[in-house]
Amino acid sequence: MGAELDRRSFLLVAGLLGVGACGSDTGREGSADGTLRHWYHAYGEDGVQDAVRRYAAAYPHARVEVQWNPGDYDSKVLTALQNSAVPDVFEAQVKVDWVRQRQVVPLDDLLGDARDDFVRALLDSQTVDGRLYGVPQAIDTQVLYYRPSLLRDAGVSPPTTVDELLDAAKRLTGGGVRGLFAGNDGGVGVLTGPLLWSAGLDFLSPDGHAPGFDDPRAAVAFGKLRDLNRDGGLLLGAPTDWADPGAFADGLVAMQWTGLWNLPKIIEAHGDDVGVLPFPRLDAAGGDSVPVGAYSAMVNARSADVEAAKAYVEWLWVERTDHQQEFATAFGAHLPARRSLAERAERLASGPGEQVVGFVTRSGRIATPARWPARANTALSDAVSRIARQGADAAAELRAALDVARAEIARLDR
Amino acid sequence: MTRRRGALAFWGFVGPFAAGLLVFTYVPIGWSAYLSLFDARNTVTPTRFVGLANYADVLTDRAFLDSIGTFTAFAAFVIPVTVALSLGLALLVDRVPVAKAFFRSVFFLPFACSYVVAALVWRTALFSGLDSGVVNTALGWFGVGPQAWVGTVDPPLYWVVLVTARLWLQVGFYLILFVAALQRIPAHRYEAAWIDGASPGWQTFRHVTLPGLRGVLVAVLVLNLVNAYQAFDEFYNILGDSRGYPPFARPPLVYLYYTSLGSGGQDLGRGSAGALVLALVIALATLLSGRVLRRAG
Repeated sequence: MGAELDRRSFLLVAGLLGVGACGSDTGREGSADGTLRHWYHAYGEDGVQDAVRRYAAAYPHARVEVQWNPGDYDSKVLTALQNSAVPDVFEAQVKVDWVRQRQVVPLDDLLGDARDDFVRALLDSQTVDGRLYGVPQAIDTQVLYYRPSLLRDAGVSPPTTVDELLDAAKRLTGGGVRGLFAGNDGGVGVLTGPLLWSAGLDFLSPDGHAPGFDDPRAAVAFGKLRDLNRDGGLLLGAPTDWADPGAFADGLVAMQWTGLWNLPKIIEAHGDDVGVLPFPRLDAAGGDSVPVGAYSAMVNARSADVEAAKAYVEWLWVERTDHQQEFATAFGAHLPARRSLAERAERLASGPGEQVVGFVTRSGRIATPARWPARANTALSDAVSRIARQGADAAAELRAALDVARAEIARLDR
Repeated sequence: MTRRRGALAFWGFVGPFAAGLLVFTYVPIGWSAYLSLFDARNTVTPTRFVGLANYADVLTDRAFLDSIGTFTAFAAFVIPVTVALSLGLALLVDRVPVAKAFFRSVFFLPFACSYVVAALVWRTALFSGLDSGVVNTALGWFGVGPQAWVGTVDPPLYWVVLVTARLWLQVGFYLILFVAALQRIPAHRYEAAWIDGASPGWQTFRHVTLPGLRGVLVAVLVLNLVNAYQAFDEFYNILGDSRGYPPFARPPLVYLYYTSLGSGGQDLGRGSAGALVLALVIALATLLSGRVLRRAG
């Protein structure tokens, strides 16, 4: 009995010591065996995961382990970058804070002659203080999908101005179908950028050192979103959100603002009865636009072997154009990040795909500039939400958002 | 020898718990207090000391103040309703002559449901904005047109979705607390009251049942209060999406989540300052409600 108690006590104490020993994990042994860890967010299209694992397995100079990350990927990357050697390579859009904290490494020397082949605006969007931190993988964009047959029946022509869009949304509503779907938040999340661009404004000034919406026309543009929310032509409370083709494919709406990546599923649902448009202009002083974003391959500065990680990125995202081509165009519809590949993509050679290539070339706008701070974005999005959904005074709301944005942008250069 | 063995046994049993408390609760709280004094963006080992700037920042941030204000109002509404519903149901269940265990379980079951699952059911099935949503279909029988529920801000119909979800989830738990407390009130008190001429019903409830429940009533109110300020799960899953969270009905914890952990900018200094301010608000509200109740008693 006594001996048994002693043994039990010993086990308990040993267990405690064991817990202590686990605490000495430094997080540094991540790639000590030479394996590179490569993180992706979970792409919704079938086949992407298999493809990227195949590319990783084909890399001849090191073992590469791919981790597929469902859920809140961007937050996970932020946390990992703070003090972890894993991942070595990951996809993201560069943030000025990462550069300031030296969490990512410059990749300019990887591009070589291929630099001119990449879409210039994409490289610019991943550049901070003149140095490139991410190699663009593929272009994501969003467009206004519409059903030509429904517009014809209602006697509505495809909208070319914001006012025409509002009018179309109203007139296309009826018989269980709503005019437009732009997210369950009434378009606040996805239309903020397009509305700024429609008025010839932007998140940031052209030099990136000031907010780009310090202009009374911003209040006019967001006032249109309020009208859209008030007039009843918008679908709200749909089972899926803007990024999913569900509402449009299931015939709940006549028009939907969603990603180009949904094009295959939308064509499957409606065949030829599909049209695409850029977001229309507010008036003659503004312009059409489509937002452009690109996840780019980046290297963690804490990686156990930064050079090996860079070599792998160069191999996959600069040299292996066959993989890049398949990655961008074989699954959902994305545009390749390189001009030489865009010319070869079949899905983009005709129909809506071809039109979208034209939109991106003519009026693509960077959706999340590296110098646009998260807190400024929250302030602007709160302001737009209050204006559009709660009927708040647009000028006062935007003034408050401008104050936050100015302070945050100034902080970047401190 | 025996004493040593006793000490060993004591630490063997208490040690893991104490160590866990230290490592997972006290160290993070201390670290959070430390971070709140630094410019800690994207790092847990900051170097730039900023004094109380983070506190000044959150206390002048309209979004944070709005969230505290909104959830004080939310608590003022949802607590009395929860107490009234759970106590009322407890009295009914306590009196029901047959199948008492069955009714107890039925009302308790929702508490076993995950907040996230309930939130998804509420948002996508019951209160879906489509004409085919369950509530919209029911409204249709009475000739009322479909509502966009979560999407309707004016009037703020999203509160109907949020409050009904919370009540459904938590009333059963407090009901069980009340049922247990009711059974602990000795029968002879009721008998004595009746002999003294108290009529069954309101008089007995007011002078025998309610005083007998005072202890559990205080516990229920305090738990409810803390719960209201800690709201996160169903709010985040009903109103939030990958793009963020609207500026209304934003619980303090959702605000802090986006500040310190959300994608885009992990500002751990400001987030920590906000967390400590919120802890202080909860502590004050709890003390205040305890004092008010004691005075009322």
